[in-house]
Amino acid sequence: MTDKNAKKVPLLEVRDLHVEFHTRDGVAKAVNGVNYSVDSGETLAVLGESGSGKSVTAQAIMGILDMPPGKIPQGEILFRGEDMLKMSAEERRKIRGAKIAMIFQDALSSLNPVLSVGYQLGEMFRVHKGMSKKEAKAKAIELMDRVRIPAAKERVNDYPHQFSGGMRQRIMIAMALALEPDLIIADEPTTALDVTVQAQVMDLLAELQREYNMGLILITHDLGVVADVADKIAVMYAGRIVETAPVHELYKRPAHPYSRGLLDSIPRLDQKGQELYAIKGLPPNLLNIPAGCAFNPRCPMAQDTCRTDVPVLHQVTERDGDVLAGRGSACHFWKETIHG
Amino acid sequence: MGRYVARRLLQMIPVFLGSTLLIFLMMHALPGDPVRAMWGEQAIDPSQIARVKHDLGLDLPLWHQYWNYLSGLFQGDFGTQIASQRPVADVIADAFPVTIRLALFAFVFTVVVGISLGVLAGLRADRLLDKGVLFFTLLLVSVPSFVLGYAFQFLFAMKLGWLTPTVQNSEDFGQLFMPAIVLGSLSLAYVTRLTRTSIAENLRADYIRTAVAKGLPRRRVVGVHLLRNSLIPVVTFLGTDLGALLGGAVVTEGIFNINGVGRVIYEALNRHEGSTVTGVVTLLVIVYLLASLIVDLLYAVLDPRIRYA
Amino acid sequence: MPEATEGTATLPAAEEQAVPKSQGRSDGAKPRSLWSDAWRDLRRNPLFVASAVLILLLLVMTAFPSLFTDASPRDGNLQGAFLKDPEYGKVFSAEWLGYDGQGRSIWARLVYGARASVIVGVVVTAAVTLFGGLVGMLAGYFGGWLDSLLSRLTDIFAGIPFLLGAMVVLTSFDVRSVWVVSAALVFLGWTQIARVMRGSVISCKQADYVVAAKALGAGTGRILLRHILPNAVAPVIVVATIALGGYISAEATLSYLGIGLADPVVSWGIDVSAGKDQLRNAPHVLLFPALMVSITVLAFIMLGDAVRNALDPKLR
Repeated sequence: MTDKNAKKVPLLEVRDLHVEFHTRDGVAKAVNGVNYSVDSGETLAVLGESGSGKSVTAQAIMGILDMPPGKIPQGEILFRGEDMLKMSAEERRKIRGAKIAMIFQDALSSLNPVLSVGYQLGEMFRVHKGMSKKEAKAKAIELMDRVRIPAAKERVNDYPHQFSGGMRQRIMIAMALALEPDLIIADEPTTALDVTVQAQVMDLLAELQREYNMGLILITHDLGVVADVADKIAVMYAGRIVETAPVHELYKRPAHPYSRGLLDSIPRLDQKGQELYAIKGLPPNLLNIPAGCAFNPRCPMAQDTCRTDVPVLHQVTERDGDVLAGRGSACHFWKETIHG
Repeated sequence: MGRYVARRLLQMIPVFLGSTLLIFLMMHALPGDPVRAMWGEQAIDPSQIARVKHDLGLDLPLWHQYWNYLSGLFQGDFGTQIASQRPVADVIADAFPVTIRLALFAFVFTVVVGISLGVLAGLRADRLLDKGVLFFTLLLVSVPSFVLGYAFQFLFAMKLGWLTPTVQNSEDFGQLFMPAIVLGSLSLAYVTRLTRTSIAENLRADYIRTAVAKGLPRRRVVGVHLLRNSLIPVVTFLGTDLGALLGGAVVTEGIFNINGVGRVIYEALNRHEGSTVTGVVTLLVIVYLLASLIVDLLYAVLDPRIRYA
Repeated sequence: MPEATEGTATLPAAEEQAVPKSQGRSDGAKPRSLWSDAWRDLRRNPLFVASAVLILLLLVMTAFPSLFTDASPRDGNLQGAFLKDPEYGKVFSAEWLGYDGQGRSIWARLVYGARASVIVGVVVTAAVTLFGGLVGMLAGYFGGWLDSLLSRLTDIFAGIPFLLGAMVVLTSFDVRSVWVVSAALVFLGWTQIARVMRGSVISCKQADYVVAAKALGAGTGRILLRHILPNAVAPVIVVATIALGGYISAEATLSYLGIGLADPVVSWGIDVSAGKDQLRNAPHVLLFPALMVSITVLAFIMLGDAVRNALDPKLR
């Protein structure tokens, strides 16, 4: 491990990250030891239900967690090998937007309703590059062109509510792209959009990522979105990564019962007429995560060990012991799951 | 924008007619006889009452009286003060500048102190400073202004001797200081709380998260993104509040012996004379309606979602 | 007025509009209702407990004033007790807080004065909530021309300054009893509740469970009473509680101005007015009734504030 690191530091690496929220009802453990990394030009999809900690992890990377009530008791977030959690607030601010940018789910509420989109786009250049208002506006128009908003010049002074949902999300993308960051975190970027528009926006994002050779962390609960654009996948449950795999391998052979459950609950054409599979039970209460494997109350394969021992992320291998690169599963019975 | 303004103006017409009609009816249709009240306990010949009523047009049918009252309003005629036989408009014209000065002073005080306190508290919601400010505003709302007025008078003028207990010269802002604070105290509490709530709420808005994620300095996040949105409800409150301040002056002016509109009303009330009161209230309603119109327009300027709706 | 701030602009106790989330929340496994959640919150809030105890005390004072004092609030002893200073050692006795300019026990006046304040406050609040609530509900639920009509009507009444308007109404009455003063306050005070209720009903009307109930063929009356009212009522309760304090304050102000209650009714406002001429030499005559009004209003406003915080999870 250390050998490799010396040669090539990942663009972003999250190590053993923990995040908790101190609420009136107790401590909610939202993230419980997450590890993942992304390289330039690579797309990591983080998959999970709401409350799995996927968005909280992203917010911790961005440094936009509300603290308090949020708290990071443990962990490292290395950007080009440097731990951002140890940086000063000012250093972090300079990275935000310029080096690491974020795209949010609901563009309507994420854009300031009383400022024109041109102003909001131009602000990036004015703050980070010290450009004048006029230069910034020219840049804003350029960006809007870049994300293919028609008649950018006429629309630069319009307000967010005057755009359609798809166009608004393009503006969000333009804003994230403005300073050509090294890494973009997209938190459910297409969830709020119509299905037809979803594909367009996703394609645009993937295309721009290739063009600028950026790293992309794509947070989603939608397996369908992931397949076409992601290189690798990390499945999260109750604040932990339960499975990591190259994207197509996960689809073919999941190594964790939860991933399998997710895959089985996608409707497929060849299953027409059959009852759709659903993972039974509810997502765990973060104030009171079940002992052992957090998934055990809902797991069809759960044994006694699952109720007592927290599974580590095992290296997944073939039957014959050949290492499957990039694959891990946090299940005591990963062998049975993948090969069984 | 044009359609919005037109719609607002159109909506205002029935409200204006309704409000003036309401005041008119309050004066004329309720039990009690303002003309009879002129003589107080004295015995009086009914024919004399009838003559005065005829002179004042009070023997006409009610709708006709309202018509006279309304058309009078458009010519700046707010009625006649029965006791002095002077037009109410003249009485108001003498007293109004004083009240306006007092109300504006209170208004500026409210805006500056209220918004500052509200922003400070809102940015630190649920911390000690916030709780302190909230409790302070509760106190301000709870203490009626006449109580606060006497408390100030007793403490600052009589005990400490910092200020004069009553206002001798209404042109002197130093003397108006204490009455203005008393008058503005209730509004101050509202403005503070409104600003505080608005700031605390917007602080959690998605677009603030975006602004932070863009790497904007905190000063800019608060000053441009947060304040701009949070002050919209405050501005709308402030507009209508100006009318309330003018109305509240009745009490304050009485306490501090200021010769403004409040004093005129106060004295009219003591003489049980309705026409002066009605005239002043009508004027205040007009001010209130104009203020709400201006606020509506301002609202559209501040919030593009209204402008282009 | 623009929608966002309706209900905030009028006196007496216009607060920033409270819009509690009306749906029950559920945290993972154990769902709790809005009300039980709020109640749990309230019991822990020292401000709530303090104001509730104060209000309880005031209610007892209203019902049984003789429990608190033997002295008469009306019979004075001009020779022996004219402006007599308080004797703070004699707690709860007639001499405790001194005597006023007519030789009447100030403590007795305070105790008996609670009745007028509490009755006006409660009666006005109840009437305003019923009437304003009805108007707001009809306007909000049915919309269309009825809404336009009722909203304009509300605008008209809201356009008249609360205190001054009440004065105009009250000048017409020679005998101003507690009921007359209450009626005058209701006459101009209902608009605030109407606006809050209207806004609340409109937001509930669009909620999915109401749409669902409609789709299932529930009748209008049933939807209004079973589905909308319970969910829309929370902000109204908050505004009404806070307004109650405002009405007490308004009554005191009117009585102080000599246009509200009058002798023989005992009212703190009258007493403040009577004490103002002796402010320099006998400040206690003004101080105690003034303090009493303030504490009473504070108790209700604090109660309303606590209830709002408990009902409004957004503010947590």
